[in-house]
Amino acid sequence: MDLVQMQKSLQDYTKSLFLEGILDSQFLQLQQLQDESNPDFVSQVVTLFFQDSDRILNDLSLSLDQQVVDFKKVDPHVHQLKGSSSSIGAQRVKNACVVFRNFCEQQNVEACHRCLQQVKQEYYLVKNRLETLFKLEQQIVASGGMVPAVELGF
Amino acid sequence: MSLFHVLGFALKIGHLFWMLCCWFVSWFVDNGIEDKSGLLVGSVGDLEKTKMTTMKKKNKMCFWNRISISGLKIPSFSYQFLGSVKFNKAWWRKLVVAWVVLWVLVSIWTFWYFSSQAMEKRKETLTSMCDERARMLQDQFNVSMNHVQAMSILISTFHHGKIPSAIDQRTFSEYTDRTSFERPLTSGVAYAMRVLHSEREEFERQQGWSIRRMDSLEQNPVHKDEYDPEALEPSPVQEEYAPVIFAQDTVSHVVSLDMLSGKEDRENVLRARRSGKGVLTAPFPLLKTNRLGVILTFAVYKRDLPSNATPKERIEATNGYLGGVFDIESLVENLLQQLASKQTILVNVYDTTNHSQPISMYGSDVSADGLERVSLLNFGDPFRKHEMRCRFKQKPPWPVLSMVTSFGILVIALLVAHIIHATVSRITKVEEDCHKMEQLKKKAEAADVAKSQFLATVSHEIRTPMNGVLGMLHMLMDTELDVTQQDYVRTAQASGKALVSLINEVLDQAKIESGKLELEDVRFDLRGILDDVLSLFSGKSQQKGVELAVYISDRVPEMLIGDPGRFRQILTNLMGNSIKFTEKGHIFVTVHLVEELFESIDGETASSPESTLSGLPVADRKRSWENFKAFSSSGHRSFEQSPPDINLIVAVEDTGIGIPLEAQSRIFTPFMQVGPSISRTHGGTGIGLSISKCLVGLMKGEIGFSSTPKVGSTFTFTAVFSNGMQQTERKNDPQNNNQPIFSEFRGMKAVVVDHRPARAKVSWYHFQRLGIRVEVVPRVEQALHYMKIGTCTVNMILIEQEIWNREADVFIKKLQKEPLVLSPKLILLANSVESSIPDAYCTGRDPPIVIVKPLRASMLAATLQRGLGIGNREPPQQKGPPALILRNLLLGRKILIVDDNNVNLRVAAGALKKYGADVVCAESGIKAISLLKPPHEFDACFMDIQMPEMDGFEATKRIRDMEEEINKRIKNGEAVIVENGNKASWHLPVLAMTADVIQATHEECLKCGMDGYVSKPFEAEQLYREVSRFFDSSSDTES
Repeated sequence: MDLVQMQKSLQDYTKSLFLEGILDSQFLQLQQLQDESNPDFVSQVVTLFFQDSDRILNDLSLSLDQQVVDFKKVDPHVHQLKGSSSSIGAQRVKNACVVFRNFCEQQNVEACHRCLQQVKQEYYLVKNRLETLFKLEQQIVASGGMVPAVELGF
Repeated sequence: MSLFHVLGFALKIGHLFWMLCCWFVSWFVDNGIEDKSGLLVGSVGDLEKTKMTTMKKKNKMCFWNRISISGLKIPSFSYQFLGSVKFNKAWWRKLVVAWVVLWVLVSIWTFWYFSSQAMEKRKETLTSMCDERARMLQDQFNVSMNHVQAMSILISTFHHGKIPSAIDQRTFSEYTDRTSFERPLTSGVAYAMRVLHSEREEFERQQGWSIRRMDSLEQNPVHKDEYDPEALEPSPVQEEYAPVIFAQDTVSHVVSLDMLSGKEDRENVLRARRSGKGVLTAPFPLLKTNRLGVILTFAVYKRDLPSNATPKERIEATNGYLGGVFDIESLVENLLQQLASKQTILVNVYDTTNHSQPISMYGSDVSADGLERVSLLNFGDPFRKHEMRCRFKQKPPWPVLSMVTSFGILVIALLVAHIIHATVSRITKVEEDCHKMEQLKKKAEAADVAKSQFLATVSHEIRTPMNGVLGMLHMLMDTELDVTQQDYVRTAQASGKALVSLINEVLDQAKIESGKLELEDVRFDLRGILDDVLSLFSGKSQQKGVELAVYISDRVPEMLIGDPGRFRQILTNLMGNSIKFTEKGHIFVTVHLVEELFESIDGETASSPESTLSGLPVADRKRSWENFKAFSSSGHRSFEQSPPDINLIVAVEDTGIGIPLEAQSRIFTPFMQVGPSISRTHGGTGIGLSISKCLVGLMKGEIGFSSTPKVGSTFTFTAVFSNGMQQTERKNDPQNNNQPIFSEFRGMKAVVVDHRPARAKVSWYHFQRLGIRVEVVPRVEQALHYMKIGTCTVNMILIEQEIWNREADVFIKKLQKEPLVLSPKLILLANSVESSIPDAYCTGRDPPIVIVKPLRASMLAATLQRGLGIGNREPPQQKGPPALILRNLLLGRKILIVDDNNVNLRVAAGALKKYGADVVCAESGIKAISLLKPPHEFDACFMDIQMPEMDGFEATKRIRDMEEEINKRIKNGEAVIVENGNKASWHLPVLAMTADVIQATHEECLKCGMDGYVSKPFEAEQLYREVSRFFDSSSDTES
């Protein structure tokens, strides 16, 4: 695959992420923050996000499986997940978290379980897609190309 | 809850009625007296009398007033008292039950009373009837007895007194038969002679029959038909006999019977001759007829005996015995039949000589009724006692009256009880309903709040992505696009902007409705704001060829304190409306002090079309404020009470299509437009005016309008601001303010050629702002003339395009004829860009400067600078994109970011680093506090609000506490002042980072000592706005 094609496909792929609503403009801003002085900023932040989120989701699953669910413990987790997902622009995860928090307020265990599943689903989706994205970028970089600026593409 | 409330209500109504009466009467009295006094004054004209009448009137008035006042006091008091007493339901139930029981008792008593009355009456009736019967019976009996006695005398006279006897059996029976009508009660009479044993034989021989005994007959009573006197046994030997010799035909069978042999008869006979009076037997069955009868016996004596004769003498003197048979049954029946109402009562007659065994003489034994009346009968025989017992035949009738009465009472009482019960339960129900309603109301209010919250949230949520869209579009515009694409993008951007502004409006409305909107209090430059608004609409007005102008009175202070944003919003709304509906003519905004308006209001005449800005007629602006409350007759006094307040009146006048009369009433209703077609042709939600009204209300002002269809509308509003100018500042520099950029024009002189005073005034206003002295002349010739004779040099001539078009030729010719020594700059004031300049003028001369209206200070200054070639310098500071300035601001600053969320921390740090800041991260509030101990090494702190263990508010509070302590010590000289020694006190700017930008959070931020907030994720502009607030000033002190 030659470089131009790779760049084109990366652009298309990124675009599809926005079109599907998996990412929002915050991710673009994140990319803008990346410059020569900080070349791996986006991937660093996203990796951090993955680590955090894996831990949070694990904790959430444990908390919700308790006999008596302590919503005071659940809510901060969801809040944190919401904050970090909105920071990297993982829009759909964020939205799922918003719904989740509503049910936390209502202390609706069943709905919370459903929401957790939804959040997990969205999270794995975004994780999968972002990993693919980074892989593509790495390929481009490896073949000596520049990662194209995404924000001008659409 | 209660009848007491009902009573209270009744009292209230009564009170009202009473008050009404009082009022009416007092009015009447007043008027009456007034009339009278007037009459008196008129006719007599006596001062004294009028005095008197007025005094009288006063007295009366006092009296009535007192009554009405007392009337006012008492019921309201009692009403409150009653209203405050609470009774529970059970209490009321008991009361109702007690009520019912009481009235049941009352009705029973009534029943008893009435029926006893009836009984009494019945008894009385019975008594009188019974006594009447008894008396009649007695009377008739006595009559019969007298006749029997008379007969005994007859016997003694004619039988014994004559010899031979004048009476024999035939005579006797005939006589008695014929006189029987005199003895209605006797069925027959008979005479028995006293015969001694010694005389028996003689007697039997004389009579021709032997004396027979009757006791055997009594023992074997026989029937009438079988009765055979011959079969009777002759009487046994006795000492004496009393054989019947005469008998009436009805009793002829007793002839020859010995009366002494009958048990009853014997006793009777003996008693009669002993007492010499009529004697009665006990009732016994009569011979032959077998009916009950009584025999009355009289003794017949040989001679007249004295009344005190002894029994023995009487026995000696006895000659015979006369007996009357009383057939009681038939007799009483006859008697009763003669009386009225015999059907109703039942009569019994008894012989009660033997008390224990009364013998019934008449009447059946059927007992009909307990009620019985006993009347004693006296038949003249003291030995025998008789009595009459009367009873009613029928049972007493049902006591209908008493029953009806008591039943009626009971029914009424029950009804009343029911009413009370119903009332009480009704009140309870109403109270419950009221309670329910209150809950519903609460719910509805909650729903309303929720709605506003929802609107705010949704609007906000839409705004965020829309900003993304707009930003992207903006970026897209910078890329290489062909014409069509650029057009698309522009359209998209315009639509997006329209959507955002719409959302902002909806958000405003929601905020106003939920009462969350609060006005700021900041110093602002009113003229600058108006210039801004004007430039906003300048494009559109130029496009349409509509003249746009602003005039602000000199007396309006340069700086005001208020909410410029909201003021601008009102203006934008009004002007936006105006420009939307105006196709030709002008839109004219004027700002005055309210006081100024009052001063000039009398002098102002009705505006003729010529005196308006564009020469087109306009709506009468006075009508637009005539409804203002503050302007009512006593109104403008109130404005003078608070001198520091500046009362502005702003009018926006246009020559548009006007508002149809039928739509004028609902112009300020939200989402209301003149008609559906309007929104199609002109767009908009119709929410702007309602928001404006609310905002004006918040500024303690009023808004009004006057509109004439097809002529135009004028919207006027007032607003209250505080004076932003220090008094001293004003005095020092009354003419000009701190606007150094315009100083280069000071001292210049201009001539404005304009025949419309209103328009000339606007031009004058704007040039005068720049420090240029302006002379207004109506015609070109005058301008030239003025320049010639003028003592000072005229730097520029301003000519309205209208005049230029008309008189350019004249002007040019004149100029050519007599060129001026120092030719002033020619400036055209045009409404649209396409203004033509005659070529003739341009040849060999500088082309005139064309200033396209609307006039505004900055634009004017720039154009003049360019045209006159003075002060051609760049503005001192470059206004770059916010990111650049932000970089300038943040470069090298040491900033602490506190957030428990690693990702957020990283992103925020990245963003700030990008602007050149030196960033340190902290994961918790506690760590932040440890890093932020004064003396601070950081320039600012960005703090997340929601953190576990210690949230942002708490952390900030602690930091502020520490700072305060240190500051105190610094003040007291205790602490060593390090490094930034010139700092009098420590105050680290702390900004909240939050995803939640609801007002309440903002307020909380400020309350906890934070300096502001930025939303997460960072937006460059907002960041700049917040950061520049405190970095600007601090950089001054540091550098």
